[in-house]
Amino acid sequence: MTGQIARLILARLGIAVITLLIVSVVVFAATQLLPGDVVEILLGQAATPEAVAGLREAMNLNDPAIVRYVKWLAGLIQGDLGTSYANNMDVWELIDSRLANTLRLAGITTAIAVPFSLTLGILAAVYQGSLIDRIVTTSIISIVSITEFMIAATAMLIFSVWLKWLPSISFVDDAVGISGQLKAYAMPVMTLLVVVSAQMIRMTRAAVIEALKMPYVEMALLKGASRSRMVIHHALPNSVGPIANAMALSLSYLLGGAIIVETVFSYPGIAKVMVDAVATRDLPLIQSCAMIFCFGYLFLITCADVIAIVANPRLRK
Amino acid sequence: MTDKLANNWTQADDRMVEAALRQGASRRDIMRLFVAGGMTLAAGGAILGRASSALAATPVKGGHFRAAGWSSSTADTLDPAKASLSTDYVRCCSLYNRLTFLDETGQPQLELAESIESADAKVWTIKLKPGITFHDGKALTSEDVVFSMKRHLDEAVGSKVNSIAKQMTGFKAVDPLTVEITLASANADLPTILAMHHFMIVADGTTDFSKGNGTGPFKLETFDPGVKSVVVRNEDYFKGPVPLDSFEYFAIPDDTARVNALLSGDIHLAASIKPQLLRLMEGNEGVESSVSTSGNYTNMNMRLDMAPGDKAGFIEGVKCLLDRELIVKAVMRGYGEVANDQPIPPMNAFHNADLKAQSFDPEKAKSLFEKAGVLGETIPVVASTAASHSVEMATVLQQAGSKIGMKFDIQRVPSDGYWSNYWLKAPVHFGNINPRPTPDILFSLLYDSAAPWNESQYKSDTFDKMMIEARGELDFAKRKALYDDMQVMIANEAGTAIPAFISNIDAKSNKLKGLKPNPLGGQMGYAMAEYVWLES
Repeated sequence: MTGQIARLILARLGIAVITLLIVSVVVFAATQLLPGDVVEILLGQAATPEAVAGLREAMNLNDPAIVRYVKWLAGLIQGDLGTSYANNMDVWELIDSRLANTLRLAGITTAIAVPFSLTLGILAAVYQGSLIDRIVTTSIISIVSITEFMIAATAMLIFSVWLKWLPSISFVDDAVGISGQLKAYAMPVMTLLVVVSAQMIRMTRAAVIEALKMPYVEMALLKGASRSRMVIHHALPNSVGPIANAMALSLSYLLGGAIIVETVFSYPGIAKVMVDAVATRDLPLIQSCAMIFCFGYLFLITCADVIAIVANPRLRK
Repeated sequence: MTDKLANNWTQADDRMVEAALRQGASRRDIMRLFVAGGMTLAAGGAILGRASSALAATPVKGGHFRAAGWSSSTADTLDPAKASLSTDYVRCCSLYNRLTFLDETGQPQLELAESIESADAKVWTIKLKPGITFHDGKALTSEDVVFSMKRHLDEAVGSKVNSIAKQMTGFKAVDPLTVEITLASANADLPTILAMHHFMIVADGTTDFSKGNGTGPFKLETFDPGVKSVVVRNEDYFKGPVPLDSFEYFAIPDDTARVNALLSGDIHLAASIKPQLLRLMEGNEGVESSVSTSGNYTNMNMRLDMAPGDKAGFIEGVKCLLDRELIVKAVMRGYGEVANDQPIPPMNAFHNADLKAQSFDPEKAKSLFEKAGVLGETIPVVASTAASHSVEMATVLQQAGSKIGMKFDIQRVPSDGYWSNYWLKAPVHFGNINPRPTPDILFSLLYDSAAPWNESQYKSDTFDKMMIEARGELDFAKRKALYDDMQVMIANEAGTAIPAFISNIDAKSNKLKGLKPNPLGGQMGYAMAEYVWLES
């Protein structure tokens, strides 16, 4: 049976690799379809036809698309992301520290959001219809209804402008000491937490309620299992799959979706790089960011699938 | 993009991203939430007390100055030739110098140059001040100047001033401190042209500009494109060390967040804020505003080679139907100056003060539209947040039009791609022009028959001839007379309605001293770091 698990997992990984390849084609094709032209944007209010033609030539933009795609993919496989059109710097150099910042922010948010959401979701499910459940579900609905921008801006107004407790600019690289770091991360993490937890709590609650309705859970109850044992040993293992999937979906938002948090708090992450790159039609940079986002997404989804496979009681010996 | 993946990415988020792209577009709906009860219009000018006037105080030495601009991206550069945003200009001003710079009245003053002379406005001899060194210790010589100028002609560099530099046809390093520049034809404006930010002097042979090696008041410590830069005082600066110890510059693209950062004391200056946001600052003792009007404007372009602009009377009708006073008062909240349909701003020495702005006259407009045979037709007008205030200006025109039976259909298009897809192309659309230091640059860029950006396809042989004549004229009075007539021609004949010049508002902490409004733009014409100081 473990052989079966290994086979299933390998198959998932294979699918992920093929998906990435397909994504690379789609990403490249999509960037070709973007209106506007990097050279015109680079030259801005100085784009005379001769200047545009000269710069296009200098940047090898006149090669056929297929040639540029193959060059890009070959570089990608060797770990070379190419050179930014806009400022001739190495793409990796432009994004490495910012990717690290995004991953750190995502990591901290995940570390808090997952246990928090699981606890609340399970509690709400077990005590379905009780006061706790009603408080949790109502507050989620209300929080989800407020836009992220509003939450971020309000937090800034309260904690930075009025109370002057937290810095309005989250330059984490400059933050000094533990307290400085804590202060710099506080508002971005809080805002993202609100955004991703809500969804996770709802999905957890739904999955556990679904599992609690199963005949075998009822059976366990009839056999005299305690309520907590029933939840932890009988209901939860069967809802791990859907919960893991819901978590993966929510957490994938932390890579590119943090754009609002990055914008409001000046947090130097990678979502803003993507937006900048689209604005300047900096194709190598757009492609790299898109691939990173897709990779992150696939990684999370694949992890969730693997967890679901491993946790599936039917596949256990 | 990522919105396919994120399951809680909403339209509001999309709008936010768009706004970030637009570098701080007005986010009315959100502002409304903040400013409960809607906005009251600030009666022209000073809400927050008087615009800061530079006190005749002695600069205090020391301090770390933190300022936030409004736009920054991974395309940020320290290469003066490629500088494109205010953020780049501010950084370049702190690291490099120009041969000349423009003072508060827009007149060229000498910076690296000891003298700039020409007998015929065609061959110019530039002498450099002796004893100036770059940050890396290398002495400034004529070779550096020749290299810095020649770069602009190389198309592979992608210089923003390639078209302006093209008139420089010969460069000669006569001796280590003397350069001779020969122009294709006479141009009396060369000293002013050399004061453009792009013509900053870099060291001969530089290919890697990320080091910021210049002769300027600060040396580069860190630079992270799209994030921030930190520079520290250059103790060997040829004008003497500046007051500030160090200067940190970055951008907070979201307008509200930028003002909040100032209010929370995290920054000393928030550049280019929207007049609507001054309300956030009211009642706050520690902050004030600095207003300067330069030559930035948003204009309505009607192409003379397409309907309806080709019908006699239509363009004049629109110029009569634009309520300029209302545009300045309501659209710009009083932070602007009424303009007279030509691009030379009031503080420029060549501005024609006798040319009065067209007054709001709906009746006259109606008869003109009738004459053009367009009354009652629906005229599509393309507007976008890419050209600031254009959507609101179009609305003002639409309202005025509806009262006289003229229908203007506002077609609001995305800011992304606006300049390549709609600007110069649509029959009636809006443009936005950044300040340029000389009438000649404006005219040759925008109104000459062969101009690359002839927004309304204006063609006049007389105008072209006058432009060449004025360019080589060293006598100020004769030149002014020519430029005066040319401004009248543009206002009456071209299809570009320029209703107002847009003022720039910088918000700052009152600890920051020495910041003066400058006609070249906000942040003291981007050169503030050299002049300001912080009160302890």
